[in-house]
Amino acid sequence: MLRFAATRLISLSLSLLAASVVIFAVIEVIPGDPAAFMLGMNAQEDTIAALREQLGLEGSIFARYFNWITGMLTGDFGTSYTYRVPVTELVLARIWISLPLAMFALILSTLIAFPVGLIAAARRGKPADMGIMATTQLGIAIPNFWFAMLLVVVFAINLRWFSAGGFPGWENGFWPSLKSLTLPAIALALPQASILARIMRSSVLDTLDQDYIRTARAKGLTRRQSITRHALRNAMIPVLTIIGMQFSFLLAGAIIIENIFFLPGLGRLIFQGITQRDLVVVESVVMLLVFAVITVTFLVDIAYAAVDPRLRRRA
Amino acid sequence: MSLLSVKNLTVSIHDTPILKNLSFDMQPSQVFGVVGESGSGKSMTALAMMGLLPGGAEIGGTAMLGGSVDLLNTPEAVMCGIRGNDIGMIFQEPMTALNPVQTIGQQVAETLVIHGQASKSEALKIAREKLNRVGLPADRFPLDRYPHELSGGQRQRVVIALAIALRPKLLIADEPTTALDVTTQAQILDLLRSLVAEEDMALMLITHDLAVVSGIADHVAVMQHGEIVEAGRTDDIFRNMQHPYTKQLLKASGHVPDRTPQTEDIPILEVKNAVRHYVLARTGLFARPPPFRAVSDVSFTLNRGENLGLVGESGCGKSTLTRAILGLEPLQSGEIRLFGEPVSPAMPNALRAGVQVVFQDPYGSFNPRWRVERLVAEPFHLMQTPPTDSQARVDEALESVGMQSSDKRKYIHEFSGGQRQRIAIARALILRPELIVLDEAVSALDVSIRAQILDLLAELSDKLNLSYLFISHDLSVVRAITDRVLVMKSGEIVESGPTNDVFENPQHAYTRELIAATPRLPEGVGGAALT
Amino acid sequence: MKWPRTLVFGAALFAIFLFAALISFLWTPYDVEVLNIPAKLKTPNAEFWFGSDHFGRDIFSMIMVGARTSIAVAIVAVGIGIGLGVPLGLWAAANHGSWLDEVIMRGNDLVFAFPSLVIAILITAVFGPSALNAIIAIGIFNIPVFARISRGGALSIWTLDYILSARVAGKNALRISVEHILPNIANLLIVQGTIQFSLGILAEAALSYVGLGAQPPTPSWGRMLADSQTMISFAPHLALFPGFAIVLTVLGLNLMGDGLRDILDPKIRRSRQ
Repeated sequence: MLRFAATRLISLSLSLLAASVVIFAVIEVIPGDPAAFMLGMNAQEDTIAALREQLGLEGSIFARYFNWITGMLTGDFGTSYTYRVPVTELVLARIWISLPLAMFALILSTLIAFPVGLIAAARRGKPADMGIMATTQLGIAIPNFWFAMLLVVVFAINLRWFSAGGFPGWENGFWPSLKSLTLPAIALALPQASILARIMRSSVLDTLDQDYIRTARAKGLTRRQSITRHALRNAMIPVLTIIGMQFSFLLAGAIIIENIFFLPGLGRLIFQGITQRDLVVVESVVMLLVFAVITVTFLVDIAYAAVDPRLRRRA
Repeated sequence: MSLLSVKNLTVSIHDTPILKNLSFDMQPSQVFGVVGESGSGKSMTALAMMGLLPGGAEIGGTAMLGGSVDLLNTPEAVMCGIRGNDIGMIFQEPMTALNPVQTIGQQVAETLVIHGQASKSEALKIAREKLNRVGLPADRFPLDRYPHELSGGQRQRVVIALAIALRPKLLIADEPTTALDVTTQAQILDLLRSLVAEEDMALMLITHDLAVVSGIADHVAVMQHGEIVEAGRTDDIFRNMQHPYTKQLLKASGHVPDRTPQTEDIPILEVKNAVRHYVLARTGLFARPPPFRAVSDVSFTLNRGENLGLVGESGCGKSTLTRAILGLEPLQSGEIRLFGEPVSPAMPNALRAGVQVVFQDPYGSFNPRWRVERLVAEPFHLMQTPPTDSQARVDEALESVGMQSSDKRKYIHEFSGGQRQRIAIARALILRPELIVLDEAVSALDVSIRAQILDLLAELSDKLNLSYLFISHDLSVVRAITDRVLVMKSGEIVESGPTNDVFENPQHAYTRELIAATPRLPEGVGGAALT
Repeated sequence: MKWPRTLVFGAALFAIFLFAALISFLWTPYDVEVLNIPAKLKTPNAEFWFGSDHFGRDIFSMIMVGARTSIAVAIVAVGIGIGLGVPLGLWAAANHGSWLDEVIMRGNDLVFAFPSLVIAILITAVFGPSALNAIIAIGIFNIPVFARISRGGALSIWTLDYILSARVAGKNALRISVEHILPNIANLLIVQGTIQFSLGILAEAALSYVGLGAQPPTPSWGRMLADSQTMISFAPHLALFPGFAIVLTVLGLNLMGDGLRDILDPKIRRSRQ
């Protein structure tokens, strides 16, 4: 198990390295001179030179890449050109909205999808199953940002149960902050929960067709016991993959949803970065998002090995 | 009193009749063999006894267990208490019959726990005893082993252990040894036999293999198309069978096709010191795994017109050797020569055309999206220009294997397993090669179909002066159709010689073991089974 | 053969929007690029079937032209995914276990770490926003999806005996991939293609919504929703119709995918019998 984790850790580092090369190439190599690009067409030659120096753009591409990487490893993401503050500060202030939002949505989606998927599988072909399948079909088709707008109209504007947006800050109390993330998390979670519930259902049904379920029934297990004692853990294997992939969708979705609820998260930062051509900010936030996705993939791999003993031996 | 008394068992699934008016009785502590070919309904009979028929099944009749419980008319909740407790069942596929994410100890103990017969820790203790009983001792098979760490035969032992954990009065075994090698099969049959004798248990053994039942069953029922066509004491049945289907089945089981061997002393295939090893999967990121020698130092010659058999159990290297002979995989050392020319993945197409192949699986051997004419004509790819009379040659090839030329417009799913094997032979014949490799070519077929295909192969060999390299795990088939035989074990040829000599007077211990393990029909019945 | 109801219903639903998109090239009730301020923010009526927006543009016409944008982006993005992903997957499968397979699969994993929104952000940061960037971003993300599914399908076919027969007939990996593998994984690709198509429509809407997709004056459903956001309390119809358009198109495609899977996937067909 330890060896499995170690091998996965090495491949995680390699993925991160590869991702950083891609991001660096797109942001700093393709535009030619990033300083000139950031300042726009009418910039003076000496302002460009000054910015170039400030950004550390002198030197070879390799040296710049090396500086960028080592900087990030020590927590230094460079200085934002528009905000004139270290990007680390900007990111730290915002990441504690986007990340908890994505996690909140992931938990919600899992909590909804598991029982719903299981019920559908256990009642295959019955009205409950058909109802669940139709609802989830609709759930998948609804764009989360549109669903968020509808939630705002119903629960914030009409019912006034929630505020229509804004974020009090974790330092001003956990529950108020959580409450302000609730509508966005629901908007993010429902479409993903629909997908997950369908995967859960088909995965359980696939598992129920396996020979070892027949063995279990021959032992005297009821249909329900054979689901809970044998099918469930095996059905988790494909479901875990989807949960891992959903995290990246939820994180990307969180960036979009923040717009609707006026949440000062990474989304706001990155879109401002794009409009203001603040490449340092864009580069750092993208790297951070990719880091989060790759880390979750790693965690899913570890969870795999915990569920499936066949993987522990192999690397 | 009968342990199990079945009267007028009728099953239909979605209005298709599967079982028709089945009646039989089983006595305590005896073995009841159910024999039939695929589609005869023998597995459905077992599932009906267990109350595990697929959805949409309609059942009629009665099946009294111990004179008190009617298995066919008992509510599901009560059946759950009977399954595993009064009746145990084992299945054909040991590789998939166990839950891959639970230890073998848990799975055996579960039978006890689920019926409330033992606490969890007691159940594990009893599971240990049961695993010892089925031949999985504690030192090599601790309770915390997972199924994937065991071989097929070992897994089947685990399945038996969990089926007998509560000492049921009746054990149902549905083709329990069909997926296993012949030596493993013999061991599992021995185990079942001793369980019946020592644990006071009756066994319903379902199989397609007459020789298996003849060696173990007290009573036999022969099934065809969902009916029992003949039943009685095993001795009586084999001595004096009445029904034409039973006679036909027995005849086909020991069938030996008529051949006139016309071997010339001209070698067409020469294998000299062939070595092929594989690199196993990496165990660690930086650890280089040891190579696995699949074929090690194999030498033999195949002469024109000869039928050469290659016998061995799974994993002995016969498939690897086949691929090397077909020029699909390279050798690490040694050489293979076909008609004197070296064989390798880079060999010219003209040389490839001299050897064709028929595989085991009648379902996986054909692209389901192609018509038969295209399938049969595929080897024409080896010719520089396809022959102008290619259609005529497809017709000719199909007719030579007993098919119609009109079959060429059809897709492969429109044919039965036996017909598909005929089409596979037609494909192998189309280039008129001198040598055909038959890789388990009849192993997946029912015995009566198998006999027909063997006859066809013998006829073609005589008529076209073909040579065969006949690769099989089935000794009786190899004996029936080959002139000379090679016995392969762990990548090496351990014995070779004229087929009759090897079977009558085996020299190597492994050959003797194989012959001893092969189930045989009783003396004096059927054709030339293994004596 | 009886067509599954999901397939018929889904195809009909999608056909409505496809038809609207095609018609929009020839005719729309109003010109979507002409502003008509006096007629602004009309609720649905006989004149403006779906109402009008804050510039007095006809919502119905904008939905028609928006269908064009959505469907075009999704089609091209699926095309990129299939065109590059399938050959890569087949190539990896033909060289299963070699370094090439490993490189392709690791490359796949790497792309999976970049959700299409992130790719769009990267591209837009450097090249500026446009519909083309949305296509490229969604298309790039589709490549590993199709590579993975075609590799998986191809690997299971490579183990079958008819591939060995083809090799005995002297055919090379390329020929085998084209003649034997591709026709037999076409089912998988069609079903996945429908799913990716619907995901593409959702992704295009999301990208346009945050301003990374089609730019004004080209109407797109996502941007219509973004524009409606500030007026949602007094003009909810602005948000409802584009939303419904997205939901119904995606629903139609997903139902179509389900129905196609039912007829094409032999595994499901068997279990239904």
